Amino acid sequence: MKKVIEGSHAVSEAVRLARVKVLSAYPITPQTHIVESLSEYCADGSMDARFMCVESEHSAMASVIGAASGGVRTFTASSSHGLALMHELLHWASGARLPIVMAEVNRALGPGWNLWMDQTDSLAQRDTGWIQLYCEDGQEVLDTTIQAYRLAEMVNLPVMVVLDAFFLSHTYEPVNVPDQEQVDRFLPSYVPRIQLDTANPCALNQMAPPPVYMEMRHSTQMAMEQVPRLFKQVEDEFFSIFGRAYGPVETVLCEDAEIVMILTGTAASTCRQVISDLRSKGEKVGLLKLKMFRPFPTELIRKILEPIQKVAVVDRNFSFGASGIFAQEIRAALCNYPEHPPVFGYITGLGGRDVTPEILEDIYWRTRNNATPKAESQWVGLDQEIVES
Amino acid sequence: MMQLNIPDRDYLNSGHVGCPGCGATIAMKLALRVLGEKTVVVIPACCWSIIAGNYPQSALKVPILHTAFATTAAAASGVRAALDMKGDTETTVVGWAGDGGTFDIGFQALSGAVERQEDFIYVCYDNEAYMNTGVQRSSSTPYGTRTTTTPGTEWKKTRKKNIVEALAAHRISYTATASIAFPDDMMRKFKKAMEMKGGPRFIHVFASCPTGWGVASELSIKIARLAVQTNMFPLYEVEDGVKYTLNYKGNRSIDEYLKMQSRFKHLTEEDIQTIQEMVNEDWQLLLRKIGP
Ligand SMILES: Cc1ncc(C[n+]2csc(CCOP(=O)(O)OP(=O)(O)O)c2C)c(N)n1
Ligand SMILES: [Mg+2]
Repeated sequence: MKKVIEGSHAVSEAVRLARVKVLSAYPITPQTHIVESLSEYCADGSMDARFMCVESEHSAMASVIGAASGGVRTFTASSSHGLALMHELLHWASGARLPIVMAEVNRALGPGWNLWMDQTDSLAQRDTGWIQLYCEDGQEVLDTTIQAYRLAEMVNLPVMVVLDAFFLSHTYEPVNVPDQEQVDRFLPSYVPRIQLDTANPCALNQMAPPPVYMEMRHSTQMAMEQVPRLFKQVEDEFFSIFGRAYGPVETVLCEDAEIVMILTGTAASTCRQVISDLRSKGEKVGLLKLKMFRPFPTELIRKILEPIQKVAVVDRNFSFGASGIFAQEIRAALCNYPEHPPVFGYITGLGGRDVTPEILEDIYWRTRNNATPKAESQWVGLDQEIVES
Repeated sequence: MMQLNIPDRDYLNSGHVGCPGCGATIAMKLALRVLGEKTVVVIPACCWSIIAGNYPQSALKVPILHTAFATTAAAASGVRAALDMKGDTETTVVGWAGDGGTFDIGFQALSGAVERQEDFIYVCYDNEAYMNTGVQRSSSTPYGTRTTTTPGTEWKKTRKKNIVEALAAHRISYTATASIAFPDDMMRKFKKAMEMKGGPRFIHVFASCPTGWGVASELSIKIARLAVQTNMFPLYEVEDGVKYTLNYKGNRSIDEYLKMQSRFKHLTEEDIQTIQEMVNEDWQLLLRKIGP
């Protein structure tokens, strides 16, 4: 059924349809609409689940880890400072190989307090062993959340479904909300691989000394390496029921492109328009929308970018002392190719600043008019008056 | 002596790596005798995360969920929620943490879980310092103690936090102190806690640490007994945060207790007197709550 809903509600509709049993969360703007609606579903009985109103994000993640270890499907949601507070537990969730799904609304970190869109919060968690999937619109948020459970439970790894603060979390769009019966067909009930069971007592997450620790971490990586194949399988099955698929990356007009712009989230939507405008002026430009960040789709990206002349990566995030994080990853994916295109890195849209078509066009022309990048990252849209004051 | 009707089956395997005389290990052995096989134990970072054994072995015959240091009460809440959603209301979920994991880093999660009325038993085995990491002070370390972070003349000059009173202030349905030197009393309390399903229950177990306190391992029980007999660690229960019951009246001076342990050996007679006054004051405060 088509409904006009917020991105946040696309998450909660999906979580309800996934028949999650235990939810635990702590409110933080701009994630609150997700947990408020889920609280309502639990209260009105449209969800048969326990909602735990814990006293912090650290406890939110710890309690879903406890519940997932108890063998049920779980969910939490957070953002920014909340995600940072969870950091320790993110390692526990993946190390324990628990199929927890979390919605993460990209928001800037303080100080100064800033409630708005910025990807540094989720990207700072890149080494915690979570699958990360970035979404562009409400439909993709809903579909990805449902798919996330299927994928997580196939590989026994946690999944972070990432959406932009406000631009997506608080924007109303028409979203096709599927029937429960269809979702049940796609997502069978959860059968845990291992769980706390008094009939079969095991110790979970215990001390792992040097002779075994490395093998444990290696096995997590082996699972990560299964993800591209399994994600394809999940998407194919999803497509056969719902008629929609996204892919770990999406390319728009890349085949004959000389310059490819790489974006994530809602800014990719803006870029679709920019690409089409530039094409009508005869510019050979394409878009690569990156959805899957962990595991990083290295092979796929190499194949797409190898014949391209220049790559422009637009980062709404920054790693101080280095560069934009997506740009780093793209460079790393290409560096073992002798003939790879130069990677231009652009920083823009931090802390909720809009990434306008003008900014993206500016980025395109800067890339077009320079043979090589002037710097690892160029900041676009800075207010020079403030910078110099 | 009261008959407790507790089976003598043990759920602690031999071959665990607890130090000789470890009070925390004795406490677990006694507790599990009462709690039995329908128990899930949640253990944060602490000595017990070592005692329980390295992968792939386990010192317990019941399931264990090891969890991050601050998260005992939160993780236990989650396990409980999962069991409830699966229709298993029989299994007891037990959080089992040290004093550091309870009084300090895990206090927020504990307070939150108790306020939410989570249905579990939380046990704090109290050895009065961070023992696992090499005897650093915690907020449970008593006044007068030398630890590796309160060394020399900088021995601890602040009081031990009163965790039971903090829990009573949450109006928790049941909280009690217990000691490994009073096993009948301790097991009775575990039995009572186990039968009071439906909300949080908190048991504060005094668990001597011969290694960290500088006491011979064979004196572990004796030192725990002296703590009760001197009113350093009174045995009592509180129901609903208001109904106090005293289980033992001590009357010995703290002198002998302090002098048996090298963690206190620097104290002068004057310091000992100061501590005695603190103990007396706390004891009087407790008696007032107990009432006539
Ligand atoms: C977040 C975090 N900080 C610090 C540590 C290091 N650490 C492990 S156990 C421990 C002390 C535990 O003390 P307590 O809870 O009293 O238990 P005990 O070791 O005395 O049994 C510390 C500081 C940790 N594991 N995690
Ligand atoms: Mg301790």
